[in-house]
Amino acid sequence: MASGDVWILGANMTKFGKRPNDDVIDLAAEAAMAALADGGVTMADIGILGVGNLMNAGAGIGQQLQKQVGQTGIPVYNVANACATGATALRVAIMAVKAGETDMGMAVGVEKLAGAGLLGQGGPRAASDTWQPNGRYGALGSTEGRIGTNIMPGVFAQVGMEYGHKYGGTSFELFAKISEKNHAHSTLNPLAAYQKRFSLDEIMNDVMIAYPNTRPMCSGNCDGAAAMVVVSDAKLKKLSRAQQKRAVKISASVLTSDPWQESCQVLPDVNTLTRNAAEQAYEQAGIGPADLDLVELHDCFATAELVHYDNLLLCEQGGAADFFESGAPWRDGSMPVNVSGGLQSKGHPIAATGIANIYEVATHLRGEAKDRQIKGAKVGLAHVIGLGSACGVHILEKAA
Amino acid sequence: MAKATSKSAKKKSKADAKKTKNAKNAKNAKNTKKTKKKAGAATKASGPKRNGKQIPFVDYLVLGKTPYLRANECKSCAARFFDRRNACASCSGTEFKRARVKNRGIVTSFSIVAMGPQPYVSAIVDCDGTSVRTTLIGVEPTPEKVTLGMPVKLATYPMGLDTEGTEAIAFGFAPA
Repeated sequence: MASGDVWILGANMTKFGKRPNDDVIDLAAEAAMAALADGGVTMADIGILGVGNLMNAGAGIGQQLQKQVGQTGIPVYNVANACATGATALRVAIMAVKAGETDMGMAVGVEKLAGAGLLGQGGPRAASDTWQPNGRYGALGSTEGRIGTNIMPGVFAQVGMEYGHKYGGTSFELFAKISEKNHAHSTLNPLAAYQKRFSLDEIMNDVMIAYPNTRPMCSGNCDGAAAMVVVSDAKLKKLSRAQQKRAVKISASVLTSDPWQESCQVLPDVNTLTRNAAEQAYEQAGIGPADLDLVELHDCFATAELVHYDNLLLCEQGGAADFFESGAPWRDGSMPVNVSGGLQSKGHPIAATGIANIYEVATHLRGEAKDRQIKGAKVGLAHVIGLGSACGVHILEKAA
Repeated sequence: MAKATSKSAKKKSKADAKKTKNAKNAKNAKNTKKTKKKAGAATKASGPKRNGKQIPFVDYLVLGKTPYLRANECKSCAARFFDRRNACASCSGTEFKRARVKNRGIVTSFSIVAMGPQPYVSAIVDCDGTSVRTTLIGVEPTPEKVTLGMPVKLATYPMGLDTEGTEAIAFGFAPA
């Protein structure tokens, strides 16, 4: 435990899926209470609260959560940062601890999304009987379908196809095989929204959403929450031996946005900022990709997972298809990726995702992942990306 | 829909075809409105007379004898934007000029969006260094017909008349 390090003391994610009887606050409170209990602390120990929620970004979910679990008067930061919202909430807590403002903080990400349908379509327009230019591009109507697509399955399909154009080696079947892997992994994760194994044929012959992504190749909108308690090095030293043993070191915590790229004006560039975040994270942690025992990356669609093998430097540049075909990212391969089942099976309650992926890695490093445990895992990486864009990368290490 | 509209775009100059085309366009516009819940201009088959005016679907489509897409180009680093910028996202320069985007390019990425009544092809086209997002028209929306690297060119097609008789013109890219 070096001075300045920040540790995960407690962590939890709820079961993801349809939770019709729980509202946003119920879910957030469930994860928060469980994370506090997991860390052996209470709200009275927490000095800062970061809360992420995208769908009710203006509703003060953080304060509502405090009313539910403990109004101690501490600062609360409500954050929204697309799909990286959870990671951003966690960064708020980590930064406050690092800055010495407090010695313990908590982050919660929560979303109710079951039945939300396709995201990115925009709202309806007011009717008019003459053509009325509207908005930033002076458009006469919805651009969806008229000027390509903005819906997520289509955007991320193009992200994967663009990789294929650049480096070759991709195909509908390759992308479907990535989905086959994640659904196979999900059968071992009781917290996943879907735990059904699909054959390659079933995946390829399922309903086409946006070629080459069929329905099982898309992440599911669902409900869920995740929470994490972080603690300073100095404070951890004063806690019990049991708490110290289960603590997980945050070796790197990075958030990036996308630097300008020519094509990002028309197709979001999820590559450059992920690569930048990964490079910064490896440098912060003083390790390389070869040191990783497992990776949870943002497979919002099967087409996205492929490009992030490359962006996170898990393979040589341009070599993502070969990397997958080698079997490396399967749970028994050399670089297990998304052993939780990934967003395609686990589900994607947006603001919870950026904490849930870190929870997954931490659980393996603690040796508590039961049936899906990656044996002897010591170092892991969690990645999340929100379009717009924001990318969070965290590298965790098992306590020595 | 894409196929039919690009065909009618080609017939654009045939004056005597106008009347039937109007009816067709109006029908198209109606259908689009119904299926996509999109409120554009309402036109009836027997409705307004063409007033000779045209309006582009987006303001960066420049109509005329040879329609083209127009970008705002940074005077210092030549980065291009289809909407306005206060400072260049690439170099922070604050001076821009209008630039004409090449009408031909190659498809560097695509997706066939299959939700809704009609599948359509969303694509990114590299027009000599400027990336353009577009719907591909005049091509069957299947992975057999649409391929990475295929050459395409800008094409326009009418979307229908509003109650004042103004015709809206949209763009797509079609196989070159």
